[in-house]
Amino acid sequence: MLFQKAYAAGTIALPQAAKVAAKIDLLHDAVFWLSVVLLALVTAMLVVFIWNYHRSKTGRMTEYILGSHFFEALWTVIPLILFLGIFLWGYIDYLHLRTPLEDPLEINVVGRQWMWNFEYTNGRKTLNELFLPKGRAVKLIITSEDVIHSFFVPNFRLKQDSVPGMYTYLFFEPTVTGEHPIYCAEFCGTGHSDMLGKAIILEKEDFNQWFQTGNLPGSIKKLTQAVSPVSTAEASLPKKSLAEQGKGVFDSKGCFACHSVDGTAKIGPTLLKSFGRNEALQDGKTVTVDENYIRESLMDPQAKILKGFPPSMPTFRGLLTDDEVNALIAFIKSLK
Amino acid sequence: MSEAHAATHSNLSYLEDGKGIWSWIATVDHKRIGVMYLFTTLFFFAIAGILAVVLRLEHLTPTRTLMGSETYNKVFTLHGALMVFTFIIPSIPAALGNFFLPLMIGAKDVAFPRLNLASYYIFVIGAALAVLAIVLGGVETGWTFYTPYSIRTSTQVVLTVLGVFIMGFSSIFTGLNFIATIHKLRAPGMTFHQMPIFVWATYATSIIQVVATPVLGITLFLLLMERALGIGIFDAKLGGDPVLFQHFFWFYSHPAVYIMIVPGMGIISELIPTFSRKPLFGYRAVAYSSLAIALISFIVWGHHMFISGQSDLANLLFSVLTMLVGVPTAIKIFNWSATLYKGSIKLDVPMLYALSFIFLFTIGGLTGLFLAALSVDVHLHDTYFVVAHFHYVMMGGTVMAMLGGLHYWWPKMFGRMYSEGPSRVAWFFVFVGFNVLFLPQFYIGSHGMPRRYYNYPAEFTLGHQISTVGSWLTFIGFLMHFILLFHALRKGKKAEKNPWGGKTLEWITDSPPITHNFHQTPVPPAFPYDYKPEQVGSAI
Repeated sequence: MLFQKAYAAGTIALPQAAKVAAKIDLLHDAVFWLSVVLLALVTAMLVVFIWNYHRSKTGRMTEYILGSHFFEALWTVIPLILFLGIFLWGYIDYLHLRTPLEDPLEINVVGRQWMWNFEYTNGRKTLNELFLPKGRAVKLIITSEDVIHSFFVPNFRLKQDSVPGMYTYLFFEPTVTGEHPIYCAEFCGTGHSDMLGKAIILEKEDFNQWFQTGNLPGSIKKLTQAVSPVSTAEASLPKKSLAEQGKGVFDSKGCFACHSVDGTAKIGPTLLKSFGRNEALQDGKTVTVDENYIRESLMDPQAKILKGFPPSMPTFRGLLTDDEVNALIAFIKSLK
Repeated sequence: MSEAHAATHSNLSYLEDGKGIWSWIATVDHKRIGVMYLFTTLFFFAIAGILAVVLRLEHLTPTRTLMGSETYNKVFTLHGALMVFTFIIPSIPAALGNFFLPLMIGAKDVAFPRLNLASYYIFVIGAALAVLAIVLGGVETGWTFYTPYSIRTSTQVVLTVLGVFIMGFSSIFTGLNFIATIHKLRAPGMTFHQMPIFVWATYATSIIQVVATPVLGITLFLLLMERALGIGIFDAKLGGDPVLFQHFFWFYSHPAVYIMIVPGMGIISELIPTFSRKPLFGYRAVAYSSLAIALISFIVWGHHMFISGQSDLANLLFSVLTMLVGVPTAIKIFNWSATLYKGSIKLDVPMLYALSFIFLFTIGGLTGLFLAALSVDVHLHDTYFVVAHFHYVMMGGTVMAMLGGLHYWWPKMFGRMYSEGPSRVAWFFVFVGFNVLFLPQFYIGSHGMPRRYYNYPAEFTLGHQISTVGSWLTFIGFLMHFILLFHALRKGKKAEKNPWGGKTLEWITDSPPITHNFHQTPVPPAFPYDYKPEQVGSAI
C-alpha cells in the first residue's frame, strides 16, 4: 500500500510539464527501484556474513574457497543483461525525444552571460520569459553568443547545451499551464546561478493572443508582471517578422548576386525550398540543409560544396551577427 | 657513492638510515619518496577538504552567507582542481604504490630510482605553480577548464594549467617506472598470477597514466596557445570548436577517474582477505577486471557530453560502452562480498573502511546507471545528482580505500600502531557524516538543483543545510584521524612485523622495513591470499 502510494507519486516530485517527462520519470523510477533492490542485496550479504562469520563466533573452522565459476558467471551475466536493458530503454526514449515533431512552433534561444533571449518567428523577442502554447509541438533552436551555457527546465526533464557557433535543438510538447523555472546548467561565470528564466505555458488561445498582439489576458498579465517586468518592454509588437528581417539581410549583403529565391540556379544553388532537403556534395557524401549547415556555409563556405557548384563563396565570418544569421535562416525556411 | 655502498649492507630501518633533511631531499629510496608523496598529498587533501567545508558553509543559506559569487567560483574550482590533480591522482599510486609495490613483489626498489625522485620534484613544481596561481588571484573555470570560458576569463588560467601540465609528466614517469618494475623486478619465481591484487591494480593504473596523460598535456598546451596567441582551435569566433576541447579533456579525464579508483580497489582486495582470513574469492576475475576496467575506460569519455550537442550515434555508443564498465565493477563488488563467507571477520579500522568502500561504492556505481541511461541523463546532467554520484565514487570509494590502506600499512611504514578504539570513533564520524553530506544531494539534484550554483532556489534550502551539517561530521572524523595517526607516529605502540597476519611479502620484513627491504631475497608465496582453514579464534 505504502509502496503503491510512493510509486504513484514517483521518485521525482516535480510537475511533468512536457509530454516526454513521464517517460523519463518512468525509467528513472525503474532504475531507482532496481538500485534499491541491488543495494539491499549487497548490504544484506555484508551484514549477514559479518554477523555469522565474525571472529567472536568461535568453535568453527574457516573454509578454503578459491572461487566459483558458477557464481562468478552468474554475477557477470545478470548485471550485463540488466545494464544493457537499461541502456536500451534509455536509448529508445532518447531517440523519441530527439525525433523532430510535426509542424512545430520554432523559437530561437540565445544564451548570453547571464540571460536567456528568445525570439519567435514573427520577430517578437522576450528576455528570460519563454511563452509556450499548451499542447502544441515546440522546437527550440539553441545557440550562445559568448560561452557555453545549458538550457535546463527541470519540470520538462529536458536540458541542452547552448554552444557558440553551433545550433542545438530541443523538441517537446508543453502540457501544464503555469510557470516553470529555467536554469543555466553549464558553468558560465560570475552570474551563472542568476541566469534564470521562466517557461510560461499558456492555453492555446491565450498564447495566440500574446503572439499576435503582445498582450496577455488580464489575469496572466498580472502574474507575470509581478514576477518580472523585464519582458513587457520588449514584448511590444515587432515591426517585422524574423523572416522579413532575414530578407533585409539577404538584400543588404548582396546574397542575391549568387543565390536566387525563385528556383533558378545561379553561381550558387537556389534557396527556394532548400531547407530540409538532402543534397549531394562534391565528395560524394550528402548533407541535410538545416540550421547548422546554413551557418557553416556562411562561416566556412568551402567545408561542404554542393555537387555541380564552384567553391567561390566568400566567408561571412565577422560580417554577420548571430541575430542576423538567425534571421537569414528564418528567411530561407520561409522560401517554401 | 661510498655512502650508498655502505647502505647496501645496513640493517637500519629506512627511517633511521641517513639523518638530516638532506638525506630525505636527495633520497632515491622508494619508501622515503613514498612517504614524501604521502605527506605532500595529505597536505593538499587537508587544504582542499577545508575548502569543501567552506563551500558547504556558503550553502547554509540560499544567497550570500560568507563570500561573493566570484570568490565562491574560485573556491569550488580550487577544491576540485586540488583534490583531483594534487591529491586523488597521485595519492594511492605515488604514495602507497611507491612504498608497497616493490615490497609486495619482493624487490629492493623501483626500476628507476632516480626517475622516481625526479617525478616527485616535477610534481612539487607543478603543485607549486598551482599554489602560485591561487596566491595571484586564483582561477574560476571549474577544474575542467571548459572553453571558451577558460579562454575569455581574466583569472590565472595559464599558471594553473601550466601546473597541471607539469604534474602530468610526474604521473607519466611514475607509471613508466611501475610498469618496468612489475615486469623486471619481481622476486625470482613470482609469476604475474602470484602478484597481490594491489600490484595488478597499480599495473592497470600505470598503463592508463602512461597512455592517457599525454593527451591531457596536448589539450592543455593547445589551451595555453589559444589564450596566448588566439590560434583558433577551440574558439568558435575564430572558427574553432569549443566542444572539441571537451572531447580532448575527457579523453584523458575519464580514464583518470580510473587512475583514481582502480588503486583503491587494489587496496580493498588486500584488506578483505586479511581481515576475513580467507583466500580472495575469484583472484583471477578480480585481477583481470582491473585490466578490463582500464581498457574500457578509454572509450567511454563521451558520456560526459550527452547534452553537449554531440551526435546521436556517438551518444548511443558511449551509453552502451559505459554500461559495460559496470560489469567488471559488479564482479569485484560480489567477489569481495563473497570472500567474507565462512571467514573469520575482524572489524578493525582497515576492515571497517573496506566494508564502507563496498557499500558506498555500490551506491556510486548504481547511481552511475541513471547517468549512463541517455534519456535520464538529459534531466540529471550537471545537477547535484552528478556531484553526489562522483563523490560517492571518489570519496566513498577512493578516499575510504586510502584511509583503510593508511591504517593497514601505517604500522609497516612507521613501525607504530594507531589506537584502535578512538580510530573506530573517527571512522563512525566519517562514514555517517559522508552519507549525511551526500545523500541529500541526490535528492535535490534529481529535483533540478544545478551544480556550481552560488545562489540557489529557496526550495532546495533544507537539502543544502542537511548536507552542510554532514560536512561538519565528516570534518570532525577526518580531524580525529589526522590527530590519531600523527599521535601514533610518536606515541603509538611498537608494531610487530605482521600485526594483521597478512600473507603478502611486505609482512615478512621488519616494521619499518630496512633500506633494502629484505634481509634475504624473499621467496614468493604460491598464492598471495593463502589463508588455510583454521580454528576461529585461535589465530590473531
